[in-house]
Amino acid sequence: MPKRTDIKKILLIGSGPIVIGQACEFDYSGTQACKALREEGYEIVLVNSNPATIMTDPETADHTYVEPLSVEFLELIIQKERPDAILPTLGGQTGLNLAVELWEKGILEKYKVEMLGANYEVIKKAEDRKQFKQACIRCGLDLPRSSFAYTLEEAQVAVQEIGFPCIIRSSYTLGGTGGSIVYSREEFDVKAQRGIDSSRIQEILIEESIEGWKEYELEVMRDKKDNVVIVCSIENLDPMGVHTGDSITVAPAQTLTDREYQIMRDASLKLIREIGVETGGSNIQFAVHPRTGRQVVIEMNPRVSRSSALASKATGFPIAKFAAKLAVGYSLDEIRNDITRETPASFEPTIDYCVVKIPRFTFEKFPEAKDILGVQMKSVGETMAIGRTFKEALQKGLRGLEIHHIGFDNKNDYRLIDDDKIKHRLREPNASRIFYIKYALQKGWSVEDIVETSRIDIWFIAQLKQILDFENELLAEIEQTKILSTVSLRKAKEYGFSDAQIGEFLKVNESAVRQMRKQQGIVATFKLVDTCAAEFEAYTPYYYSTYETEDEAVILNEAAAKRDGGKRRKIMILGGGPNRIGQGIEFDYCCCHAAFSLREQGFETIMVNSNPETVSTDYDTSDRLYFEPLTFEDVMNIMDVEKPDGVIVQFGGQTPLNLARRLQQAGVPIIGTSVDSIDIAENRERFAELMDKLGIAQPSNATASSVDETIAAASRVGYPVLVRPSYVLGGRAMRIVYDEETLLSFIDEITDVSRGHPILIDKFIEDAMEVDVDAVCDGENVFVAGIMEHIENAGIHSGDSACVLPPHTLSEEILATIKTHTMNIALSLKVVGLMNIQFAIKGRQVFILEVNPRASRTVPFVSKAIGVPLAKMAARIMAGEKLSDFKLPDVDHLGQVAVKESVLPFSRFSGVDIILGPEMKSTGEVMGLASTFGMAFAKSQVAANQALPRSGSVFISVNESDKRNIAFMAKRLHDLGFKIYATKGTAKVLRSSGVLVSAIDKTGESSRNILTSIDKGEINLIINTPSGKKSQTDMRAIRGAAIMRNIPCITTLQGAWAAVQGIEASLKEGFTVESLQSYYKRSL
Amino acid sequence: MKEAVLYLEDGTCFRGRSLNTHGDTAGEVVFNTALTGYQEVLTDPSYAGQIVVMTYPLIGNYGVNDDDVESDRIHVKGFVVKEFCRTHSNYRATKSLIQYLDEGKIIGIEGVDTRALTRHLRISGAMKAIISTEDFDLKSLKAKLDKVPSMEGADWVKEVAPKKPYVWKASGEKKYKVVVVDCGIKRNILREMAVLGIECHVVPPSMSAEDILAMKADGLFLSSGPGDPAAVTYVIETVRKLIGKLPIFGICLGNQMIGLALGGKTYKLKFGHHGGNHPVKDLENDRISITSQNHGFCVDVNSLDKNDVEAIHINLNDKSVEGLRHRKHPLFSIQYHPEACPGPNDAKYLFGEFIKMIDKNKK
Repeated sequence: MPKRTDIKKILLIGSGPIVIGQACEFDYSGTQACKALREEGYEIVLVNSNPATIMTDPETADHTYVEPLSVEFLELIIQKERPDAILPTLGGQTGLNLAVELWEKGILEKYKVEMLGANYEVIKKAEDRKQFKQACIRCGLDLPRSSFAYTLEEAQVAVQEIGFPCIIRSSYTLGGTGGSIVYSREEFDVKAQRGIDSSRIQEILIEESIEGWKEYELEVMRDKKDNVVIVCSIENLDPMGVHTGDSITVAPAQTLTDREYQIMRDASLKLIREIGVETGGSNIQFAVHPRTGRQVVIEMNPRVSRSSALASKATGFPIAKFAAKLAVGYSLDEIRNDITRETPASFEPTIDYCVVKIPRFTFEKFPEAKDILGVQMKSVGETMAIGRTFKEALQKGLRGLEIHHIGFDNKNDYRLIDDDKIKHRLREPNASRIFYIKYALQKGWSVEDIVETSRIDIWFIAQLKQILDFENELLAEIEQTKILSTVSLRKAKEYGFSDAQIGEFLKVNESAVRQMRKQQGIVATFKLVDTCAAEFEAYTPYYYSTYETEDEAVILNEAAAKRDGGKRRKIMILGGGPNRIGQGIEFDYCCCHAAFSLREQGFETIMVNSNPETVSTDYDTSDRLYFEPLTFEDVMNIMDVEKPDGVIVQFGGQTPLNLARRLQQAGVPIIGTSVDSIDIAENRERFAELMDKLGIAQPSNATASSVDETIAAASRVGYPVLVRPSYVLGGRAMRIVYDEETLLSFIDEITDVSRGHPILIDKFIEDAMEVDVDAVCDGENVFVAGIMEHIENAGIHSGDSACVLPPHTLSEEILATIKTHTMNIALSLKVVGLMNIQFAIKGRQVFILEVNPRASRTVPFVSKAIGVPLAKMAARIMAGEKLSDFKLPDVDHLGQVAVKESVLPFSRFSGVDIILGPEMKSTGEVMGLASTFGMAFAKSQVAANQALPRSGSVFISVNESDKRNIAFMAKRLHDLGFKIYATKGTAKVLRSSGVLVSAIDKTGESSRNILTSIDKGEINLIINTPSGKKSQTDMRAIRGAAIMRNIPCITTLQGAWAAVQGIEASLKEGFTVESLQSYYKRSL
Repeated sequence: MKEAVLYLEDGTCFRGRSLNTHGDTAGEVVFNTALTGYQEVLTDPSYAGQIVVMTYPLIGNYGVNDDDVESDRIHVKGFVVKEFCRTHSNYRATKSLIQYLDEGKIIGIEGVDTRALTRHLRISGAMKAIISTEDFDLKSLKAKLDKVPSMEGADWVKEVAPKKPYVWKASGEKKYKVVVVDCGIKRNILREMAVLGIECHVVPPSMSAEDILAMKADGLFLSSGPGDPAAVTYVIETVRKLIGKLPIFGICLGNQMIGLALGGKTYKLKFGHHGGNHPVKDLENDRISITSQNHGFCVDVNSLDKNDVEAIHINLNDKSVEGLRHRKHPLFSIQYHPEACPGPNDAKYLFGEFIKMIDKNKK
């Protein structure tokens, strides 16, 4: 069937900001879809509020709307663009839910927009648990016993039949929000009610617990002709009970016989047909009872998902790209497999390696939250590793996770951990369970006991035991002979042991091991990921390392060099590894841009990364892809084979930067800003010296390397102080401290995180405004691309605070100073590439806070706000071009205002206070774009899912120093029609300023207090600035309640002022939408 | 654990380690790309005379059991993998794969760069090879290998076929009686036919056309099996006499023998099709099945008279013909394995097509 010609314009919805459960995998899928559809000549309208995505690059779609993902905004866009069709299956749950809402509100019908891939009925059938259950029964498939409930009473009746433990799942939510496991009647009511509340349709499913069963997932694709293929099977190491996103998973499935696998495959085929997913990808989850083999269906996603991104990277089969082609009428056999070229897409990939995915958690950021895992997803990222065996892939994955593990190793002495603790940590799933398995094995637990306690399948535990047994053999050999034989060393590498691990055994450093094994001819070999286990020749160079006899990278590189004469210069780009808070999609965006632009300029680009969610690990992004951990060893192994002319370390965040010095010492040609300049920026003394020389004011500061020194330094600098470790990203373990007592209470954490690097102590400048600057420098000239004014005061991590570009309150004089400082710093550091600077402004004084001579988190935001792809430009400059080679816009006179707002994961971590501080906690960001600040701010709030109210009641409670300034705002809100509530103290001040206000009690003071009002839904906006320790506790409850009910809660005066302007703009002007392409055309 | 060597006809050598069975074993080395189903592969008689390399590196994960067998014993000459599993996991498992290979006295080797071996076979074609756990002298290995006959022209059917007839009962009510010529049949073919109410009267390949006709069956089935189809002249002769006299269905070797009986030719594929992921289009209903495949020979469709025979199934990977139908007589045949085991069940409907053909012929 040829592609459809009756549709011309297609609307694609992205997935918005990165949140837990929905990360950059949807940028990968959306970008693939855009490319695939434009290749076919369709006009693409794209909507996504997340500026840090490749899909919102103006080149990716024809009309790119960086606008909030809400029905209101989508209707405006549909009205303006009049697309013929909408493709709802590539933007994650957000995209799917929005499409459903657009259909339900009659908007799609009104504007005659057809749903491609999956229509409304299909989505309902798959997503609505009741309809899904019926569909499974019609297919003759087994399911866990279950029942639906819409009220607590119904739930109580249902659970009597189902029994405990049972699982509560909330319908239409992301990543398992509102879901939980219930073990007893006592905890049932609270959890059931929470589930009902989090569901968009107040629906929960109560299910027989299949906790501890084996968990599987199949990735399925179907075309219009009803051809169905399975792309990949996945088996979870963590059995049922842990969200798949939080489980260690393995592809392909390991412990199913062919007969059982085919039953699962047949069930998937039946189900996708019964549900009626017309075209595209779906994933279906199964559970298998370990002793009876009973197979039950768990759920199905009628769209591409995190797992489909993983499956694509694990097999080389680009699911999203093909899903897009199928949606416009092609059938699988009409699509070519890019990798083999000769064979069609209507086949099932087969692989000749083992893939392990390991989730990355950031519980350290939320010390109040326990690292316990359950049915609600908590991980913020993942790493994928490929090896010829499970043992090798697992160890590669663990060292690629960047949690200071160098394989399946020990952080603690197992002898110091008692059996009770081990038992507990094995039984209750948690972020470090895999390492407790090792402790248990070391303490002599039998494989069977560990299986019994953890309910992890024996296959996995036995594999782990093999790793440990071999480690013990190595240690014994070293004990006896003081060295390792070639045979043992080779086997260690085949088992995935890192050079660093072997070095620990031999008590030598990593480089010595590397040298030793190279002398003995033990070198990494690279194999291809080719979808077909070498049955056909592959043309896409997508590699992983292993220790085998044949190296295909060498063979293919020689052939390629012969073809093009080997004349192209090679640039290698080091990616950022797994996403975490502080290092996410923004850095991947920069790496992709480097690859795109250098490729355009005729370079041969080589990407190294281990994150399966990203665009950078799409085999299309660079000329060659190495799916490898970002460690010194793994990068050096690639160096040996590729010998690139230049290596870029400044785009992938802290991960590659931390390797820079060692790589340089090993002779790696790092291009761009020198490693020494990076050191000046990070090294306190050298930095202070430079600032003095340039006459730039710094808050008084000091460096310490021990606990005592830190305490002394803090009192010397004078409280309040900002304390932090050096060489970390995202403000890890960074605190503002007002007294010595507080400093002492967390000094251990700081020293632990700093790992031998010095601890930095700065005077904290209170009530200052923070400014971020992104610039590009070629060593001779500087382009100050963006000056961002933070909306919150300094002291909140720049990644968490909202900011506006261009700045809207800074004076010309201050701006001029900022620019001069930026240029002087860039030139004296001889920056070649990107640079980010943070300033604090207090009155007319400009202080420098820090300089980062590398890509920053704000690069994509600034690039989109000003219409200049900074990372592309920087990459070309690093490769030798000059700023004068580029046409630069007048960034001082932009027609548009852009506001960046961050998105926080607090609702995932119960018990965590939402107060922001210098440690970054946000997972993602959105951009609001408009012609005025108020409008841009209002849009950013809608996009961050905290839309400002346009009517209703506002609750105000502010600290003493803010009381004077709040009156004016309260009056404005009152004039705009809001009812004002305030706590007694605040109310008094407001009244005296002539604001009509009702006083309301704080928590606990009476039965009618602010908490009950929030619960009743009587409050639409909260303005609450923190003060004193005592009121902190009250306010914590208020903010907690606000989060549960999704009420915007503003905690700074500046934020409140921005909110007032936003409300005013949305009421007076009304929302309008405009594409990036149109903004940029105007500002030319 | 002992050193082992895999020496190929072209002089290439791969190193590995042996399990507990020692000595030499030789045959044609082929690779199989299926992720699951090693027990079915080992017991498939079509692999007689062959050394099988599994491209998936971790083999033995789910052990072996008493049910997933395709014949009464292991037929492969040798088994080459990256890593054998030491601790298996599956609720049906009765023993480990290693134990199973030991009991069958099959030489299995591991630690081989099976991807390099597979690439080599893809580029150079399937070839003879010898595995040894004792003899590491390449000259001596070469001499031994030279004595091993080539797959082309070799009749392996007589090695695996039954000597006496037997009956495989229909499960449930018997609706049809079919004569099955067993050239090395996979049990699941019999199981699938039994489910449809067919009572299979299984006969040795040496049975004459006259004797088969005398059995007054509703149809004739020609089974899969090992070796070069052109060497099984006695069955081809029998089939030639029966075309038009009985509805005939053939699978794999059966398909090839039918092609030869119709006057066509077969040729050897470079490295064959062995796996469970090949897309095949049924030209009669335009549907694509993901199929289980295991063949080294193929019918040359151009050698057949187009007025008599049409190609009904095409492999979408290499466009080879995977199914034939006679335009005048009730006869069709399939090159791949609709009975799966191992592999997908997508093409099971073809057994129903056989029933339809029988029914139509009865009228």
